[in-house]
Order: sequence, then C-alpha cells, then structure tokens
Amino acid sequence: MSDDINIEINGMPLQAAPGTMVIQVADEAGITIPRFCYHKKLSVAANCRMCLVEVEKAPKPLPACATPVTEGMKVFTRSEFAIEAQKSVMEFLLINHPLDCPICDQGGECDLQDIAMGYGKDVSRFAEKKRVVPSKNIGPLIATDMTRCIHCTRCVRFGQEIGGIMELGAYGRGEDTRIGTYMESAVSSEMSGNVIDLCPVGALTSKPYRYRGRPWENQQRETIAAHDCVGSNLEVELRRNTVMRVLPRENEAINETWLSDRDRFSYTGLYHEQRARHALIKQGDQWKQVDWQIALNYAVEGIKTVQQGRGSEQIGALTSPSATLEEMYLLQKLLRSLGSHNIDHRLRQLDFSRSDIAPRYPSLGCTIAELEQVEAGLLIGSCVRKDQPIIAHRLRKAALNGANIMSVNAIDYDVNFPLAESIVTAPDNMPQTLAGIARALLTLSGEPAPADLATRLENITSHDDHLAIAKHLHSADNAVVLLGTQAMGQNEFGELQSLAELIGRLAGAKFGYLTEGANSAGAWLAGAVPHRQAGGETIASPGRHAGEMLSQPQGAMVLLNVEPELDSAYGSQALRSMQESDFVVALSPYISDSLKACADVILPVTPFIEMSGTFINTEGHWQSFGAAVDPLEEAKPAWKVLRVLGNLFEFDGFDQVTSEEVRDELRAISGEPPMDNQSAWQCPQLAPAGSGLQRIGHLPIYAVDSLVRRAQPLQETTDAIAAAAYMNEQTADAAGVGDAAYVLVQQDNSEVRLPLVIDEAVPAQCVLIPYGVTGSETLTRAYGPIELQRG
Amino acid sequence: MMNTAVRFLKSLFLLELFRGMRLTGRHLFVRKVTLQYPEEHTPLSPRFRGLHALRRYPNGEERCIACKLCEVVCPALAITIESEERDDGTRRTTRYDIDLTKCIFCGYCEESCPVDSIVETHIFEYHGEKRGDLNMTKDRLLAVGDKYEKEIAAARAEDAPYR
Repeated sequence: MSDDINIEINGMPLQAAPGTMVIQVADEAGITIPRFCYHKKLSVAANCRMCLVEVEKAPKPLPACATPVTEGMKVFTRSEFAIEAQKSVMEFLLINHPLDCPICDQGGECDLQDIAMGYGKDVSRFAEKKRVVPSKNIGPLIATDMTRCIHCTRCVRFGQEIGGIMELGAYGRGEDTRIGTYMESAVSSEMSGNVIDLCPVGALTSKPYRYRGRPWENQQRETIAAHDCVGSNLEVELRRNTVMRVLPRENEAINETWLSDRDRFSYTGLYHEQRARHALIKQGDQWKQVDWQIALNYAVEGIKTVQQGRGSEQIGALTSPSATLEEMYLLQKLLRSLGSHNIDHRLRQLDFSRSDIAPRYPSLGCTIAELEQVEAGLLIGSCVRKDQPIIAHRLRKAALNGANIMSVNAIDYDVNFPLAESIVTAPDNMPQTLAGIARALLTLSGEPAPADLATRLENITSHDDHLAIAKHLHSADNAVVLLGTQAMGQNEFGELQSLAELIGRLAGAKFGYLTEGANSAGAWLAGAVPHRQAGGETIASPGRHAGEMLSQPQGAMVLLNVEPELDSAYGSQALRSMQESDFVVALSPYISDSLKACADVILPVTPFIEMSGTFINTEGHWQSFGAAVDPLEEAKPAWKVLRVLGNLFEFDGFDQVTSEEVRDELRAISGEPPMDNQSAWQCPQLAPAGSGLQRIGHLPIYAVDSLVRRAQPLQETTDAIAAAAYMNEQTADAAGVGDAAYVLVQQDNSEVRLPLVIDEAVPAQCVLIPYGVTGSETLTRAYGPIELQRG
Repeated sequence: MMNTAVRFLKSLFLLELFRGMRLTGRHLFVRKVTLQYPEEHTPLSPRFRGLHALRRYPNGEERCIACKLCEVVCPALAITIESEERDDGTRRTTRYDIDLTKCIFCGYCEESCPVDSIVETHIFEYHGEKRGDLNMTKDRLLAVGDKYEKEIAAARAEDAPYR
C-alpha cells in the first residue's frame, strides 16, 4: 500500500498501515516484545507496562502496545534503556506474586515465568509483606488463585468484548486491586473457558485439569470439534495415551483463537464409567461379553434373519448428526446394499414435509467470517448463543459494529448482543409472523408475491415490528437470514423454511441454516437421508425418515451413536419403537440402561477424539482429522466396524483401508459442492395458530450428544438446564397451576411429573420443557399440544 | 651391545625382583585399610546417593506437592508421577513410582525438589528377589522415609552450609 508508514525497529526497516501499534508491527516482523496485557483479539489496555520500548526522541520509554506508528519512527526493543525499563516493570510485577510455581498449574506455560527468566532479578528487594487475595469459586470450569493475579485485565476485557457479559471485573485501586465476580456467582458464559488461555499467569486455570499434569509432558494432536456445525479446530493434549485437556487451535476463518466451553470440556466425558469397552450380545435377558468376531457375526445373522423373514424394507438405520462423513457414507452404503433406503440423521426433526425440495445440503449461505460484515441479520428459531457460540460471537461483532440483528423466536433467549428487533411468539404462530414480515417486504420491494401466496397473505397483517424487521433487512446491502437449530426441530419447520427463504430472497439477503450436530451438511452429502443417494441424487421411491422409524417398531435397526430417548425429539416413543423392533444393532460409545433395554448387540465404537474422519461444517468446508488417541480397550472407530460388516455381508465396495479412502470415494461421487440453499418454492399453509397449551422443546446446550451429556463439569454449570416445566406466570395461572411446585404434563399417551418454574421468557400458552435431558424423556414429542395438571 | 650387557646383568642379579619385594615389604608393615564388610562399613558422605525416600513434615503430612520437576529432570526416565487435587484442595500425587532398575543415581531428582521431599538416602544395601521388587511405589518410598527420617534429616543438616 502506498500510504504505508516507514518505521524502523532495532534497525530493521518496516512498513505499516497508519494507526497500527508498534507491537503489531514487531509481531509481524518476528521481533519479540514481552507483554502480559496485550492480546491481538482484545482492546489495548496498556496497564502491565511490560512492553515498554525506547523510541527515538521520546524522553521516556513508551508502551509498544499503545504507541501508534509514525513516519520515520525509530524503535529499540533491546537497547539498554528499554531493557532497564522492562526489568524495572518486572520487579514491580513480582513484588506481590507468590513464588508458588511448583504447585501452580500454569507452571511450564506461564508468561510470567518465561518473561521473569529473561527480565527478572535473582533476588527480590521487596522486604515488605506480600498481598494475599482470597479466591472465589466462580463455577465448575475455572479454578481461581487470585493472589497470583497481575491485573492485566485480559479476562475482564474478554468478558466485555468477546463474551458479552462482564462477569469478571476489577475493583479496588492500587495495591488493593482485585479481579473477581461482583457476587459469589458462577461465571455462566458459554465461552468462559477462554479466560484460562488468556490468563498469562496461574490466576485462572482449568478446574477439570487442575493439578493433573504439566504442559511439558503432554503431546499435541489436532482434531475438529464435534458438537456444533462450526467445526472449531482443536488441539487435544494427551499423556500416556490419555486425553488430558483440549485447547483451541487458531483458525482465523472459523474459531479465531476462541473455543466454546462445550468443545473445550466435552473430553471430560471420555472416560465415563458407561464407556463401551467390549462387544456385548443379548442372550435371553442376559448381556454377555463376547469377542468382536462373535458379535459381528451375531449382528449379521440377526439382520439377515429379518431380511429373509420380513423383507429388506424392514431394515433401517439412524445416525447421530455428529457422526463423521466416513461413518455416514459407509452406513448408507451398507443399508442400500441391503436393499433399503431407510436411513436418516434428522433425529430431532418433526416435520419432514419439504425434504424432497431441500437443497443438496443445508449450509450457512456465506462463510462464518462474512457474518462479521453483515449490516442486518434475522435469526429465526435460533438460540445461537448456546447452539453455536462461535457464530454468535461473529454476529455479536457485527452487532457492535452497528448491524441490526433481529430475531423471531419461540422463547425470549438471552443473547449477548443488542437486538434491533425481537419477536417472541408461540411456535405455531411463527409462520404467521414470518408471513407478516414477508408481506411487509413484498410491499417494500414491489415484487409480486409467489404463486398461491398472495391469497393466503390477505389474512395476514403486518404489525409494526414486522415492518421494522422488513425495513432493516430491505435497507441493508449485506444482510443474512438464518434459520436456527430450534426452528428445524419445530412442527412448522417446512413452512418456516419456505418463508425464511422467501424473506431472504425479497430482502436480497443471504439465506442460511444453523444445523444441528457437527456434520448435518456431511450427512446430506453422504446420503444419510432416505430420499437422496450419496452425492445428493434423488431416489424415486424414498425410504422411511427418522420420524417414521422412531415412532413405529421396525424389523432390524442399526443405531450409530444414538441414544433413542435422548438424541431424538420423540422421547420414550423412540425408545419403545426400538424395544419393539425385532433386532437392534447399536454402535455406541456408551452403554446406558435404556440402550441395554432396546438393543440386541452393542458394538463399542469410539467418540470423535479416538478416530479419524471428516466433518463438513456449516460453510461446506471439509475438515479431515486424525485420531488423537488410541481407542479405549476394545472399542473401534465405527467406520471400520461398518466396513467389516459390509465384508461379512459379502457386499462389493467395502475394501477401504483408511478413512481417507472412504472420504475420497465419496468425494469422487459428490465433489465439494459450493454452498447453495436455493430450493423450489412450496407455498406454506399459514393455518391459524392453535388455542391450547403447547410444549416448546428446547434442546439445552449441554444435552446435544452422548459425550457432552456425560461431561460432568459441563453438567454442573448453570447452562445445564434440568428437566422442568417453564412457563410464564399468566400461563401458569390460566392453567390453574400457578401456586403448584410440581405439575403433571400429559402429551399423547405419555405423562410426566416435573417441577414448575416460572419464567417470563416463555410466551403465553406455551410451556418450555427441555428435551435431551433426563426427566423429560418420557414425553413423546418435542413440540405439540400438551395438558397440565397439578402434580 | 652395551644395552644387552646391562639387561643381562640386571636379570642375572634379580634386580627387579628385589625392587618389587621392597615395595611388598614396605606394605607388609603399613596400617591395613581393608574393611570386613558386612561387619564393618566405610564412612559415607552426607551427600551419598543411595536408595530413594519420600519425606514427610514433622506433622505427618507428606512433603511432595506433585510439581513433577523430578520426573522431568530424570535423565533415565525412571520416575512416573500422576497427580490430582486431594479432597482438602491440595496438590498431591496419586502415583509416584521410581524404577530403580532404570535409575542411575545421579541425584538430579533430589536437587530439583523444591520441598526436599524426594531424597537419596545413605542406604545402598537392598535387593529385589522378583520382578517388580525394585519398582519403588509411593507407599514404599514413604515407608523408607519414615524409617530413616532421623538419618536423612541429619545428613541434610550436615550438608546445609554448602547448599
């Protein structure tokens, strides 16, 4: 660039854009300047003073992190003057720092330790009493030792700037400065684990990892996070083949330097007592531990018996949406070789009416990084902050830059950025709301309404808030409409899909999905849907979808990392269907009692950390990874198990030796298609909303898959919502349960007794009952009419 | 020619033999240094590096804080430590193994220890009879420490001025 400024650091001529700080230029040039408070992703605080450097013609040393470059500036980072200044700062930083490095978890990866080696004096001249700060319990994830704090305020700035809630703050002045929570309350941000990485000393460390290891004895392996559609890059640290902890791996396009707590701490469920370690088969009512060979033969015989007795179309398979591409591809290949198309990954979907016109795979419609640049965004049925924390962070950046982010939700979700407009309405009223917005947009854009819609829109009125959303979307040059994970689980998903796409088109906005699981996009491409082949080709006579398979008993079922009652929207009905099926093969990393109740063979497979594979994230990005550790005991990666099952059935095309071969086989069929969410128009019914009480089945952040559900520290956080009936006071009073502690919830033929919690975030006539958590799995549908009684 | 004559005369008069006999004779009357081991022992330096021990504080609390410096400094990779938070919130080892068949008795573990927990005692008379006998576990190391605490403390005190 021509307007670059010329500066010189340690005699090295460098160019930098105006406004750049000296430390940034030095970092890019590979010149090390010691620092504690400066972090490239946080604002400049310049309060540690460690980065003092000598600048020619400046009488005093200047902090490199807060000194913008000027033309002809000459900086010396290693001059006698600079080093003297840095050493003096170091001496001050150390006067109150306890010398407890031997018991400090940061030891070995501590910035203060490292920099003290370079700039510290041998002996302290400070003979006075050192300051002691009591530590607070700030939750199950972060351990505190506040005496070690050097007040760099990185954690405080993280809360303000990135996390969006100022949970940690600095109070007191000078010697009495303390960092802490204002009240003895748990830090509840879903990204809070990042302060562990940010803290340059051992004041904030990881609680699950506390006192367990040292950084120098850990080995690093790279992998990809498996709990949301973002695909954050992970670095798994292991010692003697045991996972010790998980850290973020920097990827500017995806997770930057951050990581959500779910991805960071899910490893704590890895060695849960329920881990499947050996193959089991059910004989009579007894479970028997057997060799792999016996278990595999038993599974094959069982499936063959069903095939011969009841026909191929009685065989089905369900996979977790977080399974790898390779697993899904081989599973559908196995099923289709058996002559059945009954395979699905959409376990939490209730509405399959528009499957056939769905895009080739659902994607974000733009890259994750592009979300930062949007001027307006509409979130539909999305608790983005908890479902995809990294996406929420990008939207938050956009919102803070002045973008109008708006939402239409069934619950007044707590978001960590300002919402320009927020409509909270009952799930069955959401299509009408979107139709109102669409109507307003039709007027604004002057475009004709699509076929059939015009007459249906006549009954719809556009309220002021609909109009405001339409205006924001219409006036923005760069807007995005996102259909969230919660919307995809609703009964009205199909209508919401059509309307959201229409709104996106009318507003000239990008349209995208925030899918559930780590690999929904991969599932569509790999053919883990009943109506599309691998690669996306439509099948003339599609098989049964997840809803059908989970609501009626089948012949033979193959479950891949699925706990039917918790991983589906169908609760106990799903479990009952599996129990009543003739033969169920469960490939599962965990053995729960309910899995034992419904399966006939349990084949121990590995969670994602212990296998190689590929996830396709929401921006259509194929991310392959290797196994970080060896499988536990006799567990095997599911793709290998499926491949051998294929061999035992003597099918062709099951000769792959590596997961890369499986991936390349699929890639040869599908290519790497770009994001394209366009689908054929299908006019929504826009039926008026019902009048009775209805359930909203919110999926809590720490209930998404079998690994996360077993991560004890995550289950102890405030985000791990317990099964209860949440409703607002007015609804409770109207149902006559206002003063009850417990309510009896009835849905179809199921009923469950749950504690009643008054929560004004739930709209009228709705009861929020989370699913995926123990206690509510008896209910049989995540959304739909319910009845309440005092219980 | 001359050399041959001298060598002949030397061997003729057994000169070298007498020289050797003189040395032997001298030592015949010198004070003996041989010790009747095991009845007698050589004196040991307080820095002697023998069998390892884990020490305790006088109140009975183990000294080791699981900092893992001995484990990382050990050149023979003989030390294996696993640690976690004990119920009272302190940092403690759950496993502390020294494989004496790997150990080269360099004393680095002792030197690196910030709390004088792992020490090498003056004991060098020990043996193993079956596989695993020379794999010292935490309990056995603590037992050695408990048994010889007095001697260990005395040796540390003696060496303290030079440390």
